[in-house]
Amino acid sequence: MNMKNSSSPLHGYEDSWRTDLGGSISGERVVVRGRNLFTDIKDYPWFKLLLFMITGREFNDDELQMLDSLWALTISYPDPRVWNNRVSALAGTARTTASLGVGAACAVSEAKIYGGQANLAAIDFILDCKSQVNEGVALEEIIKKELKVNRAIYGFGRPVVKGDERIPPIENLMKQLGFDNGEHVKLAYQVEDILKNGRLRMQMNITGLAAAIGADMGFSPYDYYLVSANGFNAGTTACYLDARSKMAGALFPLKCERVKYEGAVKRTWKEI
Amino acid sequence: MSEDKANLEKEFIHSKIWNEEPEEDNPFVAAQCFCAGYDVYNEILTRASWAEYLYLLFKLDQPEKWQATLLEKIAIAVANPGIRSHTVRAAMCAGVGGSSNASALMAALSVGAGKLEGAHDVFLMMSWWNECGEDIDKWKSHITSPPQPHRTEVWGEIEHTPGFDPNGVSCATPVKQTLKEFVKHSEGSKLKWLLKHRDELESITQIPLAMSGVIATALIDLEINPDQGEMLFLLLRLPGAAAHALEQKKHGWRKYPFFGTALKIENDPGE
Repeated sequence: MNMKNSSSPLHGYEDSWRTDLGGSISGERVVVRGRNLFTDIKDYPWFKLLLFMITGREFNDDELQMLDSLWALTISYPDPRVWNNRVSALAGTARTTASLGVGAACAVSEAKIYGGQANLAAIDFILDCKSQVNEGVALEEIIKKELKVNRAIYGFGRPVVKGDERIPPIENLMKQLGFDNGEHVKLAYQVEDILKNGRLRMQMNITGLAAAIGADMGFSPYDYYLVSANGFNAGTTACYLDARSKMAGALFPLKCERVKYEGAVKRTWKEI
Repeated sequence: MSEDKANLEKEFIHSKIWNEEPEEDNPFVAAQCFCAGYDVYNEILTRASWAEYLYLLFKLDQPEKWQATLLEKIAIAVANPGIRSHTVRAAMCAGVGGSSNASALMAALSVGAGKLEGAHDVFLMMSWWNECGEDIDKWKSHITSPPQPHRTEVWGEIEHTPGFDPNGVSCATPVKQTLKEFVKHSEGSKLKWLLKHRDELESITQIPLAMSGVIATALIDLEINPDQGEMLFLLLRLPGAAAHALEQKKHGWRKYPFFGTALKIENDPGE
């Protein structure tokens, strides 16, 4: 049979991991993307280092402030009702460890209706939308097709409430820092105008605006997704702490009667 | 506010799986638990096997004998993917570093969730089964032009035919043994079809069938859906990860590979 591999392609990797991302030379130095961490980039704040590790780019102070504020103001609230926060709060009330609770909540934050999957899809849409517009496709057509294929447009429409209270403070900051005129941001507002006046009456939510800002900063969808993966940890940690400091088991306890059973009636187990 | 009105405004968890009747002295504690109508601690605990109960949880009906047997065989086949597998190695990293036992299983789940012989590989192959059935032409079309998602997804693009090993040279012996054994127990048709068409499929993929492919097919014979299959694969692979993490925890990091000389930094600026 004609197989692709005549021998294992793993042979060349045995005890050999070649990388230009970095590593530590024990007792001497740490290398990050070709820079010495302790000398070349020792003044980087943590967030700048995270961005440099992911993208290899050195973000300027305005970009850092914009991104930092998107994290601080829009995605990390100490509210245990939110799904990812609920996980760390449950961890606290069930008296597991902080890292287990926050780690699980971080994984759960990669959700479809918010968080990681939504962020990725939102930036993917706005970048794709821009390149289609550049090719001469009418925006109305792009939106119509997206709704037909996807039944929704990530970054537009928001579950639970209609308006998005997170947008005004971010818009103020965008004006202040000069991110209000980017090509993708302008396009996002045009998409919102069409959707607002359409049958679905959808508005842009903060995921859509943040994705447009990210697109204007030159993020690829995957890099943007990687950066946002840690963004929820402030809120999830706070929710863990809150529940951990109260009576064990006290977070949203449920009586047996709170289960609405909709399944088979009582029956007898038969030996098979 | 009257008690009735307060009750009306309460939110509920809706379920076809689970029901409970409370203890008389404590509404927060169940006196009786029912799974799909069966009394868990009175009947299932005393009469059912683990595989039967597991089947019930996902399918909401008692299995037939062959279904319980096949599910148990699946559980054995994947219980320990082996000490060198990515998922078990992730658990052992937790063990040697003295991390919590739960973190070892979280590590095993996260790594074992992947598209390379992991749970998402099983999910994808089960989805392909649902799309291609026993039609070799449809399989050929999927293999040569894999369906890709409309938008970029966190799982990334399909890099190889799900259920097959992109780094393999020929079909591994345990994979062939497992397929042969499963076929003996299944009353479904997909495992038999896979056994008959393995060579043909491998000649199209040019990579060998993997264990994940056999498991995905067995789960399809059990009429499990891809989401359920992904979950079952994740949880049934945990025993090996747990046992190996504990073993290495006892041995400690000094007896576990650190790959001290393996890292080659290609752009080291030097001192």
